[in-house]
Amino acid sequence: MVRTLETILAIASLVVATEMVFGAEAEFVQENCASCHALTEPDFEALGIEARAERKAPPLYYAGDKYRRDWLVEWLQAPERIRPAGVYPPAHISSSPDGDEIDEASLPTHVVLDQSQAERVADYLSSLRPYQERIDSVTYEPGSISWRMGQMNFVKFNNCIGCHQDEPGYGGVSGPELHTAWDRLRPEFIFSYTKDPVSWDPHTMMPGGDLNDGAVEKLANYLKAVSEEAE
Amino acid sequence: MKTMVVLGMLAALCTPLSYAETRGEQLYETYCSQCHGLNGAGGGINVPDMAVQPRDHTDTAEMSARTDEELAKAIREGGKAVNKSVLMPAWDSNLSDRQIDDLVVYLRHLCCEQ
Ligand code: HEC
Ligand code: HEC
Ligand code: HEC
Repeated sequence: MVRTLETILAIASLVVATEMVFGAEAEFVQENCASCHALTEPDFEALGIEARAERKAPPLYYAGDKYRRDWLVEWLQAPERIRPAGVYPPAHISSSPDGDEIDEASLPTHVVLDQSQAERVADYLSSLRPYQERIDSVTYEPGSISWRMGQMNFVKFNNCIGCHQDEPGYGGVSGPELHTAWDRLRPEFIFSYTKDPVSWDPHTMMPGGDLNDGAVEKLANYLKAVSEEAE
Repeated sequence: MKTMVVLGMLAALCTPLSYAETRGEQLYETYCSQCHGLNGAGGGINVPDMAVQPRDHTDTAEMSARTDEELAKAIREGGKAVNKSVLMPAWDSNLSDRQIDDLVVYLRHLCCEQ
């Protein structure tokens, strides 16, 4: 009983502390980013799949569980395209008899922050961790994999290449580029999202894997190898 | 008689989508057009670097040779469950049975009602 109360108080003071520490940042993000980015979890069930078609930007309400802070700081000052066909590809496609093509001109450019804004926003976003438990429960230890085995897994066995690029200009374009995934994303997130994308986003356009932990580990290690190669 | 046939064909061209077809169309746009193309003819944006071409869902002859159950199984369990390429993913974690049924209804519209 006493312990429960203590826990509640601890959590409550944490919440209050976050709000006090990041009051200005939270307000800044609410004002400048909420028109495109979800900052609280949507009611997916009630909205229905139509809402995916209206999504303007990747959700940020679990940004702290997903992104590396240092990457956020850099990207917010010099944003570069991550999704070759935008956040909802059908909105950026023109259909012709020869097949669909991306309408580059329809892809938006991103707002740029200065260094101090970027640092503070990155700190605030990194504090948004509703799925911390899920991330903490991931036991994946980054390791190495041979180039050949990695590619076999990414291309042949699991068809990640169907929707993702593992090098600039090569691979599917409906998903975010993955040759930069290791620099952008926390390793535990890469593991968890690859294993069960629907648990992160019921409206994800990525098919849920029936992958076992071993297969997911190999894929994550391949993404690590790919980004180290690029450096 | 000829006029009747022409009128009939025109009516078929303009048939408004049923509720199931409309739901299926939205699902198809979101999940399937990435590979099968917005119009279902197989030319999605992911195709240029794909080793196996996605099925053309407007191909009346090929699609008529499949039962609804076979189509639903391909969607639910992926290409490998119906002796096709693993490049066709399994969608059972993303879609409910009812959504898969709606997609099958929409596939029938694409292949055989236009
Ligand atoms: C006009 C809509 C819009 C606004 C306003 C906007 N963003 Fe974005 N944001 C996007 C889009 C679209 C992307 C995806 C870019 C891509 O894939 O290349 C994005 C991507 C991002 C990313 C990279 C994450 C990822 O997974 O792609 C971060 C971080 C981000 N935005 C933060 C912010 C912050 C902080 C603000 C407010 C200061 C903001 N955005 C305002 C549309 C917007
Ligand atoms: C049918 C297309 C498709 C396939 C196949 C696919 N993905 Fe994805 N993936 C996506 C899309 C689309 C997203 C972004 C989620 C969204 O916008 O709905 C994504 C997101 C991701 C992310 C999170 C990246 C980020 O920046 O948000 C990772 C990691 C990922 N995929 C890894 C994989 C791996 C590994 C495989 C192979 C097992 C794979 N994907 C297969 C479409 C796909
Ligand atoms: C990553 C790309 C990709 C996505 C996304 C995708 N497909 Fe496919 N699909 C394929 C490929 C490739 C084939 C052809 C497989 C073969 O011929 O061996 C195929 C085949 C099929 C078939 C089997 C047709 C036959 O010949 O029996 C059906 C049915 C099908 N897809 C429906 C869908 C539906 C519905 C969706 C959306 C829920 C979807 N596909 C999403 C790539 C994809």
